[in-house]
Amino acid sequence: MLNFTLKRLLYTVPTLLVLAALVFFLLRAAPGGPFDGERALAPEVQAQIEAVYHLDEPLWRQFARYLAALARGDLGPSFQYAGRSVNELIAAGFPVSLQLGLAAMALAVLAGCSAGVVAALRRGSLADRGLMALALTGVSIPNFVVAPLLILAFALALGWLPAGGWDSWRSAVLPVIALALPQIAYLARLTRDSMVEVLAQSWIRTARAKGLPQRWIVLRHALKPALLPVLSYLGPATAQILTGSVVVEQVFSIPGLGRHFVQGALNRDYTLVMGVVMFYGALVVLFNLAVDLLYGALDPRVRTR
Amino acid sequence: MSWMPAFAGMTMVLLTGAAQAETVLRRGNSVEPETLDPHQARGVSASNVLRDLYEGLTREAPDGAVIPGVAERWDVSADGREYTFHLRAGARWSSGEALTAADFAESLRRALAPATASPVAQILAPLDHVDATDARTLRLRLRTATPHLPGLLSHPAAFPVHASNRAGAPFAPGTLVGNGAYRLVDWVAHAHIALERNPAYWDAASVGVDRVLFYPTENPASEIKRYRAGELDWTDTIPVGQARWVRENLARELHVSPYLGVYFYGFNLTRPPFKDNPALRRALALAVDRETLVSRIVATGEVPAATWVPPGIAGYTPQRPEWADWPAARRLEEARRLYAQAGYSAGNPLELELRYNTGDNHKRVALAVSWMWRQALGVRTSLVNEEYKVFLQNRRARRVTQLFRADWIGDYDDAATFAERMLSSSGLNDTGYANPDYDKRVQQAAGEADPARRRAALEQAERILLEDLPVMPLYFYVSKHLVKPGVTGWQPNIMDHHYSRYFRITR
Repeated sequence: MLNFTLKRLLYTVPTLLVLAALVFFLLRAAPGGPFDGERALAPEVQAQIEAVYHLDEPLWRQFARYLAALARGDLGPSFQYAGRSVNELIAAGFPVSLQLGLAAMALAVLAGCSAGVVAALRRGSLADRGLMALALTGVSIPNFVVAPLLILAFALALGWLPAGGWDSWRSAVLPVIALALPQIAYLARLTRDSMVEVLAQSWIRTARAKGLPQRWIVLRHALKPALLPVLSYLGPATAQILTGSVVVEQVFSIPGLGRHFVQGALNRDYTLVMGVVMFYGALVVLFNLAVDLLYGALDPRVRTR
Repeated sequence: MSWMPAFAGMTMVLLTGAAQAETVLRRGNSVEPETLDPHQARGVSASNVLRDLYEGLTREAPDGAVIPGVAERWDVSADGREYTFHLRAGARWSSGEALTAADFAESLRRALAPATASPVAQILAPLDHVDATDARTLRLRLRTATPHLPGLLSHPAAFPVHASNRAGAPFAPGTLVGNGAYRLVDWVAHAHIALERNPAYWDAASVGVDRVLFYPTENPASEIKRYRAGELDWTDTIPVGQARWVRENLARELHVSPYLGVYFYGFNLTRPPFKDNPALRRALALAVDRETLVSRIVATGEVPAATWVPPGIAGYTPQRPEWADWPAARRLEEARRLYAQAGYSAGNPLELELRYNTGDNHKRVALAVSWMWRQALGVRTSLVNEEYKVFLQNRRARRVTQLFRADWIGDYDDAATFAERMLSSSGLNDTGYANPDYDKRVQQAAGEADPARRRAALEQAERILLEDLPVMPLYFYVSKHLVKPGVTGWQPNIMDHHYSRYFRITR
């Protein structure tokens, strides 16, 4: 187990290196620089700024410089926000994105899996068909449509919740729902199909034959195997929900990492975009690893291989 | 049930009591400010905050007039090249320390030092020598007479920066020392910037609002929703396409007023088809129906532009060309004549690339203008939409660009800020325009102490520019804000500068 974990951790290093190289050179290939604006800078000012940020050096040396700093955990100074470091900006933005993402994930798992189990147990019923139709709708409607609709209904028409910002738990409700909805829908379908399959297995029939109560059968025998596919989906989904909050953060004016990322790309804030991508990259790799480890804990067949 | 009204009444008393304890102004402020270092900040959103945190030798009144700031008065030498500013006795930093003429001298030197690499220092270009003769007297020597100097000194580039910040202390809560009506208490990136009144400010008694919150609202659609939900007292703008809805539903809260900016198309004069082809440029300029453009396409009160300098600048008359007042038929007839003169016809139409940066409004304008050209002249325009930084690079390089969208917002309330932009030596002149005659007039104006002669030179320059047409003005900007009824003290001004200290909250 320890061996497996270490080996996997070792693999992440080249993965992240490739990611760093890709993003670094793609960013530099994009036309326009961080200090371009409607008002062109005086040449001597431009030269001075480029010297400060080492933009006057050859690209390979800038990349080497970046990697050296990265190895020390230093993501560099932001090009757009003079006097602030990327580490500082990520440290401020990530907790917000994390809270938003975790709350959305918790809601998605709770609501999605419950709906899926209910639908599976009443297969073919009105409840099943209704829930699955809702789920299909949920998967099909993108965030950027759902979010403004939620604001129109709950902030403007009813006045129950704020339309944006990040001040109290009340301002978190709508963005969490907007972010969770597509995941709820997907998880409901996933859980239902998996549950239906498990309920048809012979050991469930055995349990039934023993006269065990339905609730016991579902909770004790069927739920755990039925949730395995859900679990393997959760790793990438958590990463996706953390990175995918970009749109939701934009619509609800939330000070999270996603907003830094979009603004950073528009401003050609090289170090900020690099920093956010590397940070997310590391997160995705770690989440996948965590899921693999959890999978082993739940399913002995995976461990032995 | 008789206790109900009494209870409600008590709650009211408590609420009004609380409201009197602290008043808050919540301002939408477009993008996240890049920095609060006044010598480094480039954007409008940073300047909005800086005008509350700092005060220059001069400042602006609510109507935009330049009035004394830290300097209570100033004298000008006969040749207009030496200004002596006398500082107020009570001027202090937010830390309580005295603010001296030496602070201003050091700060101006910092702004101008090459090592600072200030992107806004060009505002201070007229300064030659800065000298603090005593604690309350500052003498500025200028390269040339600059009658609009007091206006320039209200710009953040001329704000005083405290010794600790000059030495490297971050421009952040706890370490930013300012001298304005407010001080910085909190700054969360992409969330808000919070200010509270600065008790050390010399005119603290006249400051109306206790707390000011600036919210980054780069997405106007989100901003207006937050405003409608009561989370903002003020919007930075209104979203494109919602102007009619706003006029019908929030007319009393909408403030539209002239803004010192021009929206225009620029010709690349270094390549065909526009190189050495004034007839073609003129034909295109004449074929645009600007009235329709502002009433149907942009449609938030913008003003059709036939001149380069916007109206509303004191001591200047924009030089309206004759054709601007012709009836449409005559204008189009002349456009067709010039188009034919340039060698184009229905059988041999002009094929044109019009570049613009991503934006709903830019797209609508480009579509409308290209349609007008097609109707009037048969021009075939292809629209090229580019992301902003890509667009800027192409525009500057002048290799692929033929015709491009641009705008210019004046740095200060004077025609020179428009005239100097089109100098052949200007870094902002992306058209490649170089007319020695034009340059001569503008430079002549720059060194002229006599207001009448200076004005004449600038007006002559504009006439030359509009004859050559390296740029084709389309319309003049307006500022567009929604302001809640409980916020009083809002006054329109052409720079769209609104110091929080002038507002009152009456809710």
